Amino acid sequence: MEAVVVQNMTKTYGKEKTLAVDNISFSVAKGELFGLIGPDGAGKTSIFRILTTLLLADSGTASVDGFDVVKDFKSIRNTVGYMPVKFSLYQDLTIEENLSFFATVFGTTIEANYDLIKDIYVQIEPFKKRRAGKLSGGMKQKLALCCALIHKPTTLFLDEPTTGVDPVSRKEFWEMLRRLKEQNITIIVSTPYMDEASLCDRIALMQGGKILSIDTPDDIVKAYREKLYAIKANEMYPLLKVLENYPGTLNSYAFGEYAHATFKDQMKNMEEFERFLAEKQLTGVEIKSIEATIEDSFIKLLH
Amino acid sequence: MAQGEKVIVCDKLTKRFGDFIATNEITFEVNKGEIFGFLGANGAGKTTAMRMLCGLSTPSSGKASIAGFDVYTQTEQIKRNIGYMSQKFSLYENLTVKENIEFFGGIYGLTDQQIETKTEELLNRLGLKSEAKKLVGSLPLGWKQKLSFSVAILHEPKIVFLDEPTGGVDPVTRRQFWDLIYEAAERGITIFVTTHYMDEAEYCNRISIMVDGRIEVLDSPTNLKRSFGVSSMDEVFYQLARSAKRGD
Repeated sequence: MEAVVVQNMTKTYGKEKTLAVDNISFSVAKGELFGLIGPDGAGKTSIFRILTTLLLADSGTASVDGFDVVKDFKSIRNTVGYMPVKFSLYQDLTIEENLSFFATVFGTTIEANYDLIKDIYVQIEPFKKRRAGKLSGGMKQKLALCCALIHKPTTLFLDEPTTGVDPVSRKEFWEMLRRLKEQNITIIVSTPYMDEASLCDRIALMQGGKILSIDTPDDIVKAYREKLYAIKANEMYPLLKVLENYPGTLNSYAFGEYAHATFKDQMKNMEEFERFLAEKQLTGVEIKSIEATIEDSFIKLLH
Repeated sequence: MAQGEKVIVCDKLTKRFGDFIATNEITFEVNKGEIFGFLGANGAGKTTAMRMLCGLSTPSSGKASIAGFDVYTQTEQIKRNIGYMSQKFSLYENLTVKENIEFFGGIYGLTDQQIETKTEELLNRLGLKSEAKKLVGSLPLGWKQKLSFSVAILHEPKIVFLDEPTGGVDPVTRRQFWDLIYEAAERGITIFVTTHYMDEAEYCNRISIMVDGRIEVLDSPTNLKRSFGVSSMDEVFYQLARSAKRGD
């Protein structure tokens, strides 16, 4: 069964009709962990706000758990959980007060659904008397997730929950999401971090209000047809310049400690390329053929 | 990278807030023209350390000199010789591109003639000529970041401090930003950068990782991976930061 269905959704802002969401369609199955992956301005937040009934689309239709986002907005508000980008809990209430407030608003109690938040809540429980405004970023994020979960939502919307969070906390956050998925909660999450894409069941790569590609992370990577090379030298910045200037280069860019590159003739003439590099006085050169990552796929789609 | 000349020298630099030691005896040096990555988990003490290095916060103890100036007594000279860019503070959204450049040029004490030359040069280099009269607020985030960096080095400072400069942009734009960083470093400007992107850590000549207020390791990315016996900086970071006691 589909938990979320979006059809031809378009959203513009202001007098200039700036396109934020450009005729987008997708659906998310019940219990799926679905990722909207893309930079600022891709349209992620607009989609979240339309699906959580906080914003009206200009055109198109959308439903969540079978409820229409316009006609049945009240039902949707009762059943979904939403964690916006910007921290939006009550700064003057304590951890405990915020949680009990959200439970009460949804006509439930902390005890009734404690199972669902236990793993996360125990990490912030020692500070439960502290005001939300005084918490660190990581703790705010955990509290916001608890508050979004306390009424046992059927679908959970998480808008950039890990932006600005360090890699260790990001990893822990994703482990929490995997555990929530086991509870059969549908999760739609957005992120600008490409490395998080592979942790989703399916992803939509987005840019400028459009979906560039939508599939499982594995299949997105498999669709990368060109032969991709990782190249390294002791002089990295000069290497990047040399790659840009090599006549056979299709695309080249830095990628961690390597440069990644694709070539026009699928690199049939490796010797000529090696000679070219050697002429440029690069030392410690290493060239290897590699599998593409989601980030490579995204770069190719943008190219 | 020019060896020898040190533009940042820190010796047991410490900052206490009451009983809490935010930055605990950090000691390190950064060379002229180096790209230095300053990493650590949220709450490890990076921001506090950076504020001291920029002359914005007086240390509790220890010594440090920035571009040859003392962090206790010569903070005004420090501010004139560094550039700073963060996601939070960058440009004035209600001023145009050109006005922002002129404004910051003025703040940094450039002459009208210098500002004019610099503006021309910068607009050309960034390909922003046709956007010169647009409000900065209307530019895409990636352009804002590039402009913001260029403005931070308008006065050719010895060092530029970048606090998570590339959040929220697409992978291609992020790399274009790093091209600007490389160019600046080639010209001899020292880059001091914090980031949560571990692939960006790889672009640095050397990096330090802070845990609970201390600098736990400091080396080139290659050496760090080798000494931890792992294949990615992500794993180095994970192994170190996992041992953190201090809460986030």
